[in-house]
Amino acid sequence: MAGPLTSTREMDTLPKLLKHHAQVRPNHPAMREKDYGIWQTWSWSQVHDEIMAFAAGLSALGFQRGDTLAIVGDNRPQLYWAMAAAQTLGGTPIPVYQDSVAKEMAFVLQHAEVKFAVVENQEQVDKLSEIMPDCPALKTLIYKDHRGLRDYTMDFLHAYDAVQETGRAFMKEKPGFLDAEIAKGKGSDLGVMLYTSGTTGQPKGVMLSFDNILITARNNAEMEGLGPDEDVLAYLPMAWVGDNIFSMGQAYVCGFTVNCPENGETVLTDMRELGPTYFFAPPRIYENILTTVMIRMEDAASWKRKMFAYFMDVAKRVGTRILDGKPVSGMDRLKYAIGNMMVYAPLKNVLGFSRIRLAYTAGEAIGPEIFSFYRSLGMNIKQIYGSTEASVFICVQPNGEVYADTVGKPAPDVQIRLADNGEVQFKSPGVFQAYFKEPQKTADEKTEDGWVHTGDAGIFDENGHLKIIDRAKDVGHLNNGSIFPPKYVENKLKFFPYVKEAVAFGDQRDAVTCFINIDIEAVGNWAERKGLAYSGFQDLAARPEVYDLLLDCVNKVNEDLAVHPMLSSCQIHRFLILHKELDADDGELTRTRKVRRRFIAERYADQIEALYDGRENVYVSTEVTFEDGRKGTVSADLRIRDAKVHKVDEPLRKAS
Amino acid sequence: MSVVADLTDINQASAAAHARSIGDVVLSVQNISLSFGGVRALTNISFEVREHEILAIIGPNGAGKSSMLNVINGFYHPQEGKIIHKGVERSRMRPHEAARRGIARTFQNIALFKGMSALDNIMTGRNTMMKSNILAQALYFGPAKKEEMEHRAFCEHIIDFLEIEAVRKTPVGRLPYGMQKRVELGRALAAQPDILLLDEPMAGMNVEEKEDMCRFILDVNNEFGTTMVLIEHDMGVVMDISDRVVVLDYGRKLADGTPDAVRANQEVIDAYLGVGH
Repeated sequence: MAGPLTSTREMDTLPKLLKHHAQVRPNHPAMREKDYGIWQTWSWSQVHDEIMAFAAGLSALGFQRGDTLAIVGDNRPQLYWAMAAAQTLGGTPIPVYQDSVAKEMAFVLQHAEVKFAVVENQEQVDKLSEIMPDCPALKTLIYKDHRGLRDYTMDFLHAYDAVQETGRAFMKEKPGFLDAEIAKGKGSDLGVMLYTSGTTGQPKGVMLSFDNILITARNNAEMEGLGPDEDVLAYLPMAWVGDNIFSMGQAYVCGFTVNCPENGETVLTDMRELGPTYFFAPPRIYENILTTVMIRMEDAASWKRKMFAYFMDVAKRVGTRILDGKPVSGMDRLKYAIGNMMVYAPLKNVLGFSRIRLAYTAGEAIGPEIFSFYRSLGMNIKQIYGSTEASVFICVQPNGEVYADTVGKPAPDVQIRLADNGEVQFKSPGVFQAYFKEPQKTADEKTEDGWVHTGDAGIFDENGHLKIIDRAKDVGHLNNGSIFPPKYVENKLKFFPYVKEAVAFGDQRDAVTCFINIDIEAVGNWAERKGLAYSGFQDLAARPEVYDLLLDCVNKVNEDLAVHPMLSSCQIHRFLILHKELDADDGELTRTRKVRRRFIAERYADQIEALYDGRENVYVSTEVTFEDGRKGTVSADLRIRDAKVHKVDEPLRKAS
Repeated sequence: MSVVADLTDINQASAAAHARSIGDVVLSVQNISLSFGGVRALTNISFEVREHEILAIIGPNGAGKSSMLNVINGFYHPQEGKIIHKGVERSRMRPHEAARRGIARTFQNIALFKGMSALDNIMTGRNTMMKSNILAQALYFGPAKKEEMEHRAFCEHIIDFLEIEAVRKTPVGRLPYGMQKRVELGRALAAQPDILLLDEPMAGMNVEEKEDMCRFILDVNNEFGTTMVLIEHDMGVVMDISDRVVVLDYGRKLADGTPDAVRANQEVIDAYLGVGH
């Protein structure tokens, strides 16, 4: 495929790309950092010189091909340069999560046999000096920030600029040395190693080659039309695979500018000043920004509030359609244009979104209303699905096909297949080489012919978009053979404010049933508006009116589920409302508020049976732990309700 | 000489001083007595402050600690005694003269301009160094512009040093207490003082804020070699960070020495813990 980035195609390592950009666009900004209140800029040729000086300095300190270099700190130009310097010498950079506790960091440094570490400041120097006795290979520490380090006299400590000074002298002595080193590099070399924490066990070192990073980065850049004029804000941890693609891989492929904020707390201010064109953020950040906007709007003058409400309404109606290039009437276009002048453009300006051409989000489900808020403002925010093992991109939503509840279509050159249990498996140029020193774990995750297990269960919808529905290990099967992803059903219920928690059952059963926990605040509020008197949680939960309210929610979920051929069997047949809140103190939830299914299945065995044997109500008596540690018993007679289930063979069509 | 050149000078000077070798006496307080009408706030107090040291003044409420700072600062004029600063005996001096001679301070109750941003507040600390006339400053024109930019660059170094980048443009009144204290320290530092007087820099702070403030005080002392005189109630803090402690009680000096010596002094123990009668 001949894309716009063909010119950089034969450059198969990052250092080669660096040289290329230093020649082709020497004065184009490559990196900015806000320091002392001003955006300091380095052009590609300056960045090239900085990196070469540091690489030569590293070499003078004894860094050799195949060595590893740990990077610990915030997003700083010097730390990015250190990564490229290690790559220049044929070594492997290992960015480490800087806020990880000393023990975790020690594990990574030990496991990766790190010899050199480049750190940001005194804090990291202290932390690493402390764990050095546990990491026999680690012999050299280089720090960027001098502050507070004057009295440190350890032999293994070197200042970043001093290393560069040595490097400059070294380059004069051996002029062709670095060029020769760069020429030795090839695409199959190890480009970077990233330790992923995973949910259990020790972190694993994911080995990514230059090919993995650069081909994936280039494929995506071509798909999205990224060029040298993009501005990205590098504010997410350097140890995260996304930052390696957005701030290293793609920056080097396209030659665009990477901007480092002043520090973690100033990101939003810096973003406003900078106005990035290409942006990634997890849903939480978009959500926080939206909340801030809404809170500030509530304090605004009433005419401003009215104007905002009116034009946001217009935007909601037509904004997304305009963005997707769908037909919109002339009148609505005019209204949208006025709205843009009065509300959308100023709002985007305040948020730093004025110049955004492409915004990504991933990681968890984004609320549909949050998603559509940004899209209706004309911001092209899209969902992606990816993993460290894939060098980020597995699925991307193509322009014009953006939905809140999917993660998009397979990214270029990515193949996806669904296993019997619904597990998403993929094969792509970005597939990692192996887990460092863990052949068994590598074999568990990656088949011989290159398919990688994601551990996520998914389905393809009618548009060919992938939907992630649950963790694969939690997905069960109904007796009629169709898959049953409990979390997908529960999450659909939890979108309703009245539902705090839900537990769905159905694995090896004939039908799906569920327990529901009401949200006492939302339902309490509703009861107050209705003039419904209640004495407490248990009383409110048992009210027939509340059952009616929740029945509506369940019925709506069933309507949604009935549309999808693969999930129509997962409609909820019967449900009951629990008399107490599921609680981590009682062992029903984990501390991070995830449902512990097995425990609940044991504890509420009789109630689950009642959902299936047709009983109208069931007695329950549970031991609870109070906040002061005392134990007591709560008992109640729970009603069970039937929900409206749509026949599978006459699927309901969505009204949209 | 430009301000930025000043800054490099400071850095070099501090590099030389960084071992924190405590130098000669820079400020000598001799037989000071101060009274307001019939109330004797200070009686015959003498002590010395040496270059690069951190000296703490402690004592129970009403012991005369703040009065002592106010005397050094030129805010109060003692009836008796004299102060020798850098070898020059000062008689009646005004606070702004003290500022010009290199004495800066922070206040027990924060005395910032609440409606102004943190940056602007810190800029006011450089007021005594601005040379261009008021009209040129108001019009932001010619040399005044250049001068302001240089001062701003200096202030940005302080902002970086105190890690308050995130609130640079925030009106100080909206900041939490601990942050305001930090801005106030920033303003005092902006004056590039030789002696910094800190009046209860950690009062009303939580443990974390106190730890931060301690670190900044030590860092300022270490990096810039600034001599500090501080009043503090938190004994843990005082014992940890000061080189020397002066103890006052009812306007009299009870003790003067290293933290360990002061801690062991019977009179001090009595003043703090009380004695059985």
